[in-house]
Amino acid sequence: MELVPAIARWIHFLAGITWIGLLYYFNLVQVPALKDAAADGTAAGITKHVAPRALFWFRWSALVTWLAGAALLGAGFTAAFTLQPEMAPIGIGAWLGTIMLFNVWGLIWPNQKKILGMKPATDEEKAKARRIAFLASRTNMMLSIPMLFFMAGGLSHRALFGL
Amino acid sequence: MKNPLDSIPGTIVSGLILTVVLYFFLKNFILAGV
Repeated sequence: MELVPAIARWIHFLAGITWIGLLYYFNLVQVPALKDAAADGTAAGITKHVAPRALFWFRWSALVTWLAGAALLGAGFTAAFTLQPEMAPIGIGAWLGTIMLFNVWGLIWPNQKKILGMKPATDEEKAKARRIAFLASRTNMMLSIPMLFFMAGGLSHRALFGL
Repeated sequence: MKNPLDSIPGTIVSGLILTVVLYFFLKNFILAGV
């Protein structure tokens, strides 16, 4: 059935653009803007109205991207994750994407809940949470560069790898 | 030493270096016999 991989690829791209677009928004726009906003006392608008909405779409699009990617790999899922030669380039991308998904749900979201006041935390805990969430987000931005290179396993890439 | 992830240029350069490292890892170890 060719419909399932076609739809899975479509959803994978739609959700992936949403996820990585928001990741770049956080790193390139929101973090520097919050620094300036804190200086002139206008940060509350961002943390109250913008960040929770952005985080909602960010974490759920991350999950949908991974699930659609897994559906797209289909029978090749194990071959990709065990880096079998034919599936090794996409397998590297899949591993990087999986690490990034863990960072979103295991590090960024739990710590953002403390930062945004959705979960009770002392000032000291908030400061620690801010640093962990920041580094996890920056790590994901760094990983997105090789992840996209290895995910884009089209004909040009296969030629590059000698496949 | 400063953490390269504290700056945007440092993050991008780290990502590019990791891409090259993973490319050679794949080419020379995983796909060596192909």
